[in-house]
Amino acid sequence: MDRIPILRMGEYLLVTIQVDMHDQLALTLQDDLTAAVQRVGAKGVLIDISALEMVDSFIGRMIANLSRMSRILDARTVVVGMRPAVAITLVELGLSLAGVDTALDVERGMRRLRASVEESGASIVDLDD
Amino acid sequence: MSTSTTDVLPLRTEHDIVLARQQVRRLTQALGFGLVDQTKMVTAASELARNAVIYGKGGVVRWETLADGARRGLRLHFIDEGPGIPDLQQAMTDGWTSGTGMGLGLSGAKRLVNEFDIETAPGRGTRVTVTRWK
Repeated sequence: MDRIPILRMGEYLLVTIQVDMHDQLALTLQDDLTAAVQRVGAKGVLIDISALEMVDSFIGRMIANLSRMSRILDARTVVVGMRPAVAITLVELGLSLAGVDTALDVERGMRRLRASVEESGASIVDLDD
Repeated sequence: MSTSTTDVLPLRTEHDIVLARQQVRRLTQALGFGLVDQTKMVTAASELARNAVIYGKGGVVRWETLADGARRGLRLHFIDEGPGIPDLQQAMTDGWTSGTGMGLGLSGAKRLVNEFDIETAPGRGTRVTVTRWK
């Protein structure tokens, strides 16, 4: 069965979507990634969609769901590398991906992920004081 | 206006949705569409192909390339013999869904093309025709 690989880098998970996903593959990724967040206690998830030539409402919904699910599991998600043509099309389609954190590329995405993980860590320390 | 290169692909499975959008990508590239126009047409095709597979219980997509003077265009017909749409006005509303989707399929696809036409009746299937000009 097809699967999209999930890489672990310390407390972060990295996913690069490099194929034109059929719907079941997108749903499998959603399941695999939420399971991996829980299993390794990940603090952040980076999803690279720079190879995706199209995001329709189904894939868009999968991305938004992933972001919300990992949030509930105490991990932050950043989606990176969306192509401009894909962004234009998504907005006209009516999908704004509200609540999904994005960055232009992997490097900026990792920086953003680290910052938001540190920020949430700091607020826990504040509560203990 | 002249038409040419009519052809057809089946829409039975999720994999057929992927094949349909890859075919539409090739067609729009061959017509010289810009990247944004290609992406809009491919995305509209993906939404409509999924509707035919899931709600229409399978169907076909037919296409023809159009020439109107110097203008070039691509027309796609998504045809299924499923249950049809009882309330078309409702189905065309953003956010309305009879299934598990976001309800953007029909209304979203309409915004991504230049011409949109739909024929449907309960028990008589659904035929959606979309056209995008270069």
